[in-house]
Amino acid sequence: MGNPSRGGGVEHSSYTTVFGSLDSYDKGGVELINDDARHYAFSNMFEVAANAKPWEKIAVAKNFEYVLEAVRAEGTSEWRTAAHDEFAVCMDGNVTVDLVKLDASPLAEDAEGSIALDGEPEGARMGRIHLGRGHQALLPAGAAYRFTAEKPSVLMMQTIAGPDTQYRWAEICQTV
Amino acid sequence: MTTTDFQVSTSDSVNADGYHSFRLGEFEFRRDEYFVYITWPTGQHMMSIDAFLRALQRDVAWDFFYGIVNFDGVFGTVNHYGTVDIFAGRYNDSYRKAELDYSENHETPEIRETFKSILADWTNDTFDPFASPHETGAAWGVKNGSNEAAITRRRVAARRMVAVPGDEQIRTDDSGFPVNRMFLDVDQTEPVIEPEPGFEDEVVAFNLFAYLSRSDVTWNPSVVSQCKDSLFCPTTEEYILPIIHGNDRVEWFVQLSDQITWEVEDRDTGAVRARVTMKAGDVSAMPADIRHQGYSPKRSMLLVWENNSSAIPDLIASGQAPTYPVEF
Repeated sequence: MGNPSRGGGVEHSSYTTVFGSLDSYDKGGVELINDDARHYAFSNMFEVAANAKPWEKIAVAKNFEYVLEAVRAEGTSEWRTAAHDEFAVCMDGNVTVDLVKLDASPLAEDAEGSIALDGEPEGARMGRIHLGRGHQALLPAGAAYRFTAEKPSVLMMQTIAGPDTQYRWAEICQTV
Repeated sequence: MTTTDFQVSTSDSVNADGYHSFRLGEFEFRRDEYFVYITWPTGQHMMSIDAFLRALQRDVAWDFFYGIVNFDGVFGTVNHYGTVDIFAGRYNDSYRKAELDYSENHETPEIRETFKSILADWTNDTFDPFASPHETGAAWGVKNGSNEAAITRRRVAARRMVAVPGDEQIRTDDSGFPVNRMFLDVDQTEPVIEPEPGFEDEVVAFNLFAYLSRSDVTWNPSVVSQCKDSLFCPTTEEYILPIIHGNDRVEWFVQLSDQITWEVEDRDTGAVRARVTMKAGDVSAMPADIRHQGYSPKRSMLLVWENNSSAIPDLIASGQAPTYPVEF
């Protein structure tokens, strides 16, 4: 290992890890040989968030009922809840998550996807999480959650498609 | 040949290079200093032992994964989730047309134990099949000890999310996971969490990027969070994916850092279909009728997103669900 005279390679002394952001992303793409670009639904979540309004939930991946959503986090979101666990990954910027244990969920136990709540949630305050880039938070089933971002940031949501999930495939994906 | 308690068929003695040979059904496996030799009733095949052991390690660690694990353009396995096909030439157009392809179906424990035995016998002390080429010694040469610790790493599979009390925990220096040499610039700061009393188990977050920067393996997806059948399976990638993965369902990739290029071929024939270059923030589906192999010039972070539903392969195979993810 690491001995050039015995077949090992020489490495750089340091490496730079490249992450993307709203202000700086470099999009790849599909080079077609014998296929249709739409089969890959290729997009870039920073580009999607850059062109989105705050808190729009735009599907960038879908597998039957499950989705990954790109969300432009900016300002304060509405309160939302789901009957199942969801997860939020902060892909750029800083996002605060407030959590409340709902006294009574408006959703059936087997309901899928998140919904917006009217007004302030009623229940015990569970706590707050401060997310930076690369941080992932649990949004527990039956809890209400609200995001706050002082500066434009990007969230990736692991969830199930709901009434507010938006599909803009032709707009966000490579088509040719 | 003798048979162990697990029905592994192993040669009584070792060859001149110090290795046992193995048999599974009509397939026979033997190795020398540089190569593995695989024979079956209608043919034979050679592979570099380095490439073979790297592929074998993934097939064993993933318990045959989703769909097809092609070791190369000739040899591989098909997971039927309870049984596994072991094949030669089945997904190679030339072998099929020449009617030289061959396949056997085995109960999963039988092939699992056979493959684990081969991996244990043929992996020398200086070789770690999970490591990148820079990080390990060579697979070549005559028998030289073993590396049980490297080939039996525990598979990480969070039931809810990493860092949730009672679930998989974050990686640290103290737990034996130092930051990888190619991720030394990745911020290790954990999120600030302010739980109210009584909610410590549910107000949970962790630094996913830091967690990945401390992975000690390459090309080995492991579950960090689970929303019913939706599995986040991130992994760190360097050099070449040691297998060509043939999908039995749509899977999705989200490039979290750096860059990977995917060579995409038709799943059944191997005909080239596309090349997908993914950079940080890119999202791409891998359709259910392709096979793909990735190339990562620098260690990178990739989120593999899977739908673990057992109903999907039959839905796709029967035509009730499309091979691509969305219509637009």
